[in-house]
Amino acid sequence: MPGQEHAKPQRRDEEPPEAPEAPPAAPAGAAVKEGLSDDIDSVLDEIDGVLESNAEEFVRGFVQKGGQ
Amino acid sequence: MTVRRIMGLETEYGISVPGDPMANPMFLSGQVVSVYAAAQGIRSNQSSWDYAFEDPLRDARGWQLDRQTADPSQLTDVEDPTLANVVLTNGARYYVDHAHPEYSSPEVTLPRAAVTWDRAGDAIALESVRLLAARPGQPPVNLYKNNADGKGQSYGTHENYLMPRRTPFPEIVRHLIPFFVTRQVVCGAGRVGLGVDSRGAGYQISQRADFFETEVGLETTLKRPIINTRDEPHAVADRYRRLHVIIGDANQLDVATLLKTGTTSLVLGMIEDGHLAEDWSIRRPVAALQTVSHDPTLQATVELADGRSVTALDVQWMYLEAARTWLDRRGDDPEPEATAEVMALWEEVLTGLGRDVMSCSPLLDWVAKLKVLEGYRARDGLAWDDHRLAAIDIQWADVRPEKGLVHRLRDRGMLRDLVSPEEVKAAQSTPPEDTRAWFRGECVRRFTGQVFSASWDSVVFDVPGRASLQRVPILEPERGTRAQVGALLEDSTDVAELLRGLAAPE
Repeated sequence: MPGQEHAKPQRRDEEPPEAPEAPPAAPAGAAVKEGLSDDIDSVLDEIDGVLESNAEEFVRGFVQKGGQ
Repeated sequence: MTVRRIMGLETEYGISVPGDPMANPMFLSGQVVSVYAAAQGIRSNQSSWDYAFEDPLRDARGWQLDRQTADPSQLTDVEDPTLANVVLTNGARYYVDHAHPEYSSPEVTLPRAAVTWDRAGDAIALESVRLLAARPGQPPVNLYKNNADGKGQSYGTHENYLMPRRTPFPEIVRHLIPFFVTRQVVCGAGRVGLGVDSRGAGYQISQRADFFETEVGLETTLKRPIINTRDEPHAVADRYRRLHVIIGDANQLDVATLLKTGTTSLVLGMIEDGHLAEDWSIRRPVAALQTVSHDPTLQATVELADGRSVTALDVQWMYLEAARTWLDRRGDDPEPEATAEVMALWEEVLTGLGRDVMSCSPLLDWVAKLKVLEGYRARDGLAWDDHRLAAIDIQWADVRPEKGLVHRLRDRGMLRDLVSPEEVKAAQSTPPEDTRAWFRGECVRRFTGQVFSASWDSVVFDVPGRASLQRVPILEPERGTRAQVGALLEDSTDVAELLRGLAAPE
């Protein structure tokens, strides 16, 4: 596709030599699991501690009037 | 070529009383603004805003909407004394817009300052919540920096950029639409749910994309357009236009806010300079906006008018490369470091998104939020329609540090901050020094009792012993800086002396 030919060579110039042919991005789920750092579990534990206990009721109660 | 430009950000905060979804949001928003103003010793009735120059129905395309045909929500200049509306000592406007408290930042000239005074607004929102919580018998009121409630309603975060009047509006439209359709991969805030009322399960890049219905228009509350044509310059109208951008999300991550304002300013600069010659128009841009938002893998393509099929990242690279050649050609940047910072972060983010989306989690709201959500999904096996994920999405935006999830990540050092807590604290009460916001804010701070009203382009004084109000127009956004009027303000022991000093020949 001409558009990709237009845009991508410039990007390849910026890529370091060790990654000349980056594979296409994996679907979000798979990419995330690779990207999860070791401390994500402790982050989730902390968030568990502050999350509203009744999620369904909390979500239902968040009702806004429209704005701009 | 520079990133420098007069600009500002407006945020309508979501407002809610836990356990009472029927609480009156207009009344509550009035309380939020009033309690903060009162704590600063500032009068908060709506007459303290000077509406003399407001003209919300003027259209940048050159005509004026008839008042009778306007939707009532478009009439933003009608006085209602029950609604709070104040100018703060930092030069910002804090008021009730429709059913939300809104903080409109003072005018700044650089993206970093935009970040600083935007976060000052979040600190003001937090302090308002705290002040209300300390009132005996007051139900708790929470504020949220987001743009959608998941039930079909949206509320805005707007950007304002000053432009020379001579730049042809059709050129602005032509070159900005492809940029606005695709910049969400950088400055989207992320949202759980697809469709305006989130009836579809999934995650999308932007809070606002699903609420846009047309390409160009005057409205902001219905039939929302990618390019808003409201033409109230709040400045010398012959010289300036104020581009009112309604397509952005409320950002909390510094890098996202810096890039939202910085890259948009650069693109406007290229348009003004005639540097963007190629036509990168996107076919069916409203549908493309939603296609891009609904694909967090960034693989979705949109079709250009010439038939090319490109991703949002491709389009962003095209604008970045154009900015680079523009930068190389013109060596007249008064703020080279600020421009270089935006260019470097823009490139870093586009490169990171192209290799591994999650690598941008310390930089971009939508990626940081997705990382937390995917963590929950992986750990607890949650589907995208699980209420816990929707709850995380809302609580992400809570302005309170003990509840707001962005605050939790920031405290753990997981975000790349650009401004310090001390800078944010100072910006809560101090105006930017290099715009007219300095004069406006300092007048409110020094002469609170004698400032009868104020607005973007005026300060009106009630001078003791004078029968008529004294109106000082501030129609040039770069006049009224600390360098220009700091000494006069410092030396004036009262308003009469200030007015004499302003009238004296320089």
